[in-house]
Amino acid sequence: MEDDAPVIYGLEFQARALTSQTAESDAIRFLVGTQSLKFDNQIHIIDFDDENNIISKSVLQHQAGEIWHISASPADKAVLTTCYNKTSESRVVTCGAVWRMPPEWESGSHESPDDPHNSHNPQNLELLCHLDNSSHGNASCVLWEPMGDGKHVISLADNHALLWDLTESSTQATISSSATLEGKGQLKFTAGKWSPHHNCTQLATANDTAIRGWDLRTMSQIYCIENAHGQLVRDLDFNPNKQYYLASCGDDCKVKFWDVRNINEPVKTLEEHSHWVWSVRFNHSHDQLVLTGSSDSRVILSNMVSISSEPFGHLVDDDDLSDGEDNHQDEKTKEPLQDSIISTYEEHEDSVYAVEWSSADPWLFASLSYDGRLVINRVPRALKYHILL
Amino acid sequence: MDGDICATATTPPDSDPARKRRVHGMLKLYYGLNEEGKTVDQAESMNPCDINGTHFDPEVYLNKLRRECSLGELMDQETCMVKQIRSLDSDMQTLVYENYNKFISATDTIRKMKNDFKKMEDEMDCLSTNMAAITEFSAHISGTLQDQHAQITKLSGVHTLLRKLQFLFELPARLNKCLELQAYSQAVSSHRRARCVLQQYSHMPSFRGIQDDCHAIMDKLAQELRQKFRDGGSSAKDLSECVELLLQLDEPAEELCDKFLIHAQSRLEANLRGLEAELRPPLSSGPTSVIDPSIGPARRLSAAPTAGSPTDPTSPGNPFLSSSSRTDILEFIDRGCNEFVSSLCLVIASYQELFVNRPQEGELASKNIPHMAIGKLHAFVDAMATCYFLLVERRIQEEKSVGDNSLLVRALDRFHRRLQAVAKLLPGSAVPSQGTEIVVRAARERIKQYLAALQRFYLDSLRDVRQALAAPRLGGSSAGGGSHLAGPATGKDAPASLPELLSSLSASILNQIKSVLASVHLFTAKDITFSNKPYFKGEFCSQGVRESLVVNFIKFVCQSSRQFCESAGDRGGSTPPALLLLLSRLCLEYETSTITYILTLTDEQFLVQHRSPVTAVAALCGEAREAAQKLLNHYVKVQGLIISQMLRKSVETRDWVNTIEPRNVRAVMKRVVEDTTSIDVQVSLLYEEGTRKAHSSDSSKRTFSVYSGSRQQTRYAPSYTPSAAMDTNFLSNIHKLFSERIDIFSPVEFNKVSVLTGIIKISLKTFLECVRLRTFGRYGLQQIQVDCNYLQMYLWRFVSDENLVHFLLDEIVGSTAHRCLDPAPMEQSVIEVICERG
Repeated sequence: MEDDAPVIYGLEFQARALTSQTAESDAIRFLVGTQSLKFDNQIHIIDFDDENNIISKSVLQHQAGEIWHISASPADKAVLTTCYNKTSESRVVTCGAVWRMPPEWESGSHESPDDPHNSHNPQNLELLCHLDNSSHGNASCVLWEPMGDGKHVISLADNHALLWDLTESSTQATISSSATLEGKGQLKFTAGKWSPHHNCTQLATANDTAIRGWDLRTMSQIYCIENAHGQLVRDLDFNPNKQYYLASCGDDCKVKFWDVRNINEPVKTLEEHSHWVWSVRFNHSHDQLVLTGSSDSRVILSNMVSISSEPFGHLVDDDDLSDGEDNHQDEKTKEPLQDSIISTYEEHEDSVYAVEWSSADPWLFASLSYDGRLVINRVPRALKYHILL
Repeated sequence: MDGDICATATTPPDSDPARKRRVHGMLKLYYGLNEEGKTVDQAESMNPCDINGTHFDPEVYLNKLRRECSLGELMDQETCMVKQIRSLDSDMQTLVYENYNKFISATDTIRKMKNDFKKMEDEMDCLSTNMAAITEFSAHISGTLQDQHAQITKLSGVHTLLRKLQFLFELPARLNKCLELQAYSQAVSSHRRARCVLQQYSHMPSFRGIQDDCHAIMDKLAQELRQKFRDGGSSAKDLSECVELLLQLDEPAEELCDKFLIHAQSRLEANLRGLEAELRPPLSSGPTSVIDPSIGPARRLSAAPTAGSPTDPTSPGNPFLSSSSRTDILEFIDRGCNEFVSSLCLVIASYQELFVNRPQEGELASKNIPHMAIGKLHAFVDAMATCYFLLVERRIQEEKSVGDNSLLVRALDRFHRRLQAVAKLLPGSAVPSQGTEIVVRAARERIKQYLAALQRFYLDSLRDVRQALAAPRLGGSSAGGGSHLAGPATGKDAPASLPELLSSLSASILNQIKSVLASVHLFTAKDITFSNKPYFKGEFCSQGVRESLVVNFIKFVCQSSRQFCESAGDRGGSTPPALLLLLSRLCLEYETSTITYILTLTDEQFLVQHRSPVTAVAALCGEAREAAQKLLNHYVKVQGLIISQMLRKSVETRDWVNTIEPRNVRAVMKRVVEDTTSIDVQVSLLYEEGTRKAHSSDSSKRTFSVYSGSRQQTRYAPSYTPSAAMDTNFLSNIHKLFSERIDIFSPVEFNKVSVLTGIIKISLKTFLECVRLRTFGRYGLQQIQVDCNYLQMYLWRFVSDENLVHFLLDEIVGSTAHRCLDPAPMEQSVIEVICERG
């Protein structure tokens, strides 16, 4: 079973922001936001043709500034949010905004990636509304309500978590509630994640070395894992199938898995990267597959079977087992499988700041390094069949 | 031929006696007899030419003569021979004459004897007739006396019977008297003599009366005996006599056994209570010390000084200092042996004397008393010994202090030795083996305690090292940090340096191990009775000392070292980095030499025979090396982190867009260089230099381009002028294609350069990542340029490959340029001026 070679796509600019188009369930599509202080920033829409192994891209202009964070609406394919830097009068401010992609982008010519300068008048994004946060400080990220109707977003700005209601086809945003992190010094949220469990009433945020859980109905703190990591916590992700399980990663090169009911000890710790881990993602369907990206330029795919929702692998139906040999195999498969590193991907040559699973194909993921290289990889076939069969 | 004979043969015979004797001599010679009448050695006479030999052959002789001799000689020979023949003839005639005279006188004597014997015959006949007459008379006399003799015999029989009867009639009175005089044994023997008779004639009223009287008296006697037996105040000898009498009085043996044992038990229990009183009560109300009057007299004065521990008694909290209990264990065991065990032995001995080893006669033999009695004895001894053992074990468990093992070993030895007496007295008893088990358990326990003590000692030493390390920072000479590490190393004037601390730490640990080994070695000393038990020969040495003590301790050292890397948290707050470094070196030394040394020492001292699998030296060394590696990695991480934090703070807290034009190097960079230098000094105290790549001639001075890949730029495309971001990306990528991937938090080697390289890598990578998160103005970029140049000037000398520093600093400057709103780099000459100004 030969695995397909990774597909590499190069952007002209440096880039940190990557997301998959959440609302799109047919096409494998990723959105990348660039960072450039000198040129107009862009959002690259990367379509991947799985059968032909071909990438096609569209470029949309994002003239507001360099993009630090991007996330796509779970309800409307065309709607997305960005956090971007705005420089004015020698002040740098990070803002959040909701955008709509122009409807024509898809009909526009699909350019080949080899020909980057060929973009003839790329289209602009249509601004829907600003998540106006002048009183709350710099936005670090914007989170959509998972599996929601695209009416609610949370933005994390400095030490505030703001819950916005989007109305009038997302052209108006009003703060419905907010929470403020208070404490000594300048506290600042570095990352956050809206939990898909509990009717989407929980939020997890990271600031410095702590991870906090919030109840969105009361906007109050539920739990706080102090010193979750030795240094800064860089990213969080919820296990999509186990409601109390959370993964975090940070500057101590570790990836930790938490059961938020018992916050004294991590359930599991991975220490495979040789530098800060910037991004961690559970696979949406098979939560034993965990993807991490690090500034050691590596992407690691781990198989955390023991703490997944399928600790024994797929259970085989008893009807299928007639003879003793199969029974024997069955016993084997019922043993808890070992956690393992499936693969280390070394296609990047600069720090990898973002990794993302495709929302359409659970066996496919993209990683983005600072030098603008986007790599699309697949879960090794052997493992895929092992999980499926 | 003999010339002497030739010369004298001519003289006439009989001339004088001497002459005659001489002739005899010659004859004797001729017949082969010497003076003592023995046959002369005939070896030469085998010669047929020897004229005196028995094998003389005249023909051969003649032939020989004729052949060998001249005529003259032959003539002489003949003359000589004729002379000899003549002399021999005359000798013979003399002999014949002498012998004839003797023969005549002998014949006369025989004739005379014949006449004498005839007379004697007649006298003998007369004697025999007289004897016959005497016999006849004697028979006659005895026939007459027959009747009288029969009568006398009858009379004497009646007399005896009467005397017996009298004895019987007097018996009650006599018994009463005996009873009064307490001469029990006499009474019993008297009664025994009469008992059968009385039994036989009890149908007669008179005898019956006597019998009843006797029974009454004997019952009374038995009662008294029992009373005496029960009171138990009497000596063992009395008691045994008592038992013997009771047995003779048909008292049931079983009951007696029980009573005897119960009585013994009460005494033994008194002993045990005495022992128990010496134990601390389980819920102790504070140690009530030596002045306790009940113990005072029993306390041997000699024991107290010997119990003094070898270590300095002034250092409190030292686990090797023995905390004094009320009586030391030797005293306790002594008392147990002297009181309990010897009483027990006495009981066993007298019991066996009484019930087991008695010659069995009569109906007593049929009851098989010994079998029953032995059974009871075993049960009894087991029960008592169990109580005793419980006490001993409690006492041993109290023996927590590991100061002086010899006391415990001596106590155990005595304990064990005295139990051998029981074994001799009572073969087949489980007591000695149980005793051995207690000793074994105590030894095991001891090993555990020693391990714990060693571990405590190690942790205490570490604490002291920690204090010693902290001391200089607090301004130094506070007294006593690490007082019980070897003295001069932690002198009060100068704070201890790392190598001194290391050597004193490792030496004190080694000494401690040695002293513990010496203490434990006492268990296997030759003069200790239990040292030849199989446990102490085999398992104790290999599993106990080697595995449980030594190997476990080494493992503990490694493990506790590793814990410093884990539990201390990633901020590295609690463990001072210097301690990590020191421990790493310690583990490395363990790996290279100490472990091998310790284990060899153990194996030699204890002659360990590895019957069961034991931990290999290599495995332990591996573990130590792993620990050393981990510690060193952690050290790098912690130190890198400290510098990283400084850099991160300095980048994050500044407004880089609105900064002013750089005038000098930021203070934080100087601090970074200073810290790096001090780390370099620290590491070089413990680790070797290590290898590095050759420096280029202009190591400290390099031009930084604002774009990464600048060196490649000059190398590959000298005329290229960077203008677009795209191109720099391209170049940067090419650069990366040719350079190796840098693992930031990677394992380091055991040398200074590698350690420093690791720390610098971590710091610079942090710098890079932080820079990428910020936006810079023109002067921000220029400040970074200045800072990087400054770092370049100082950091290259620490690392193994200076290109690494170049590369990372290039990246930093390049990334800053990317993040710059107005990338106008500073002139290199200006940068250099600023940097040199400091």
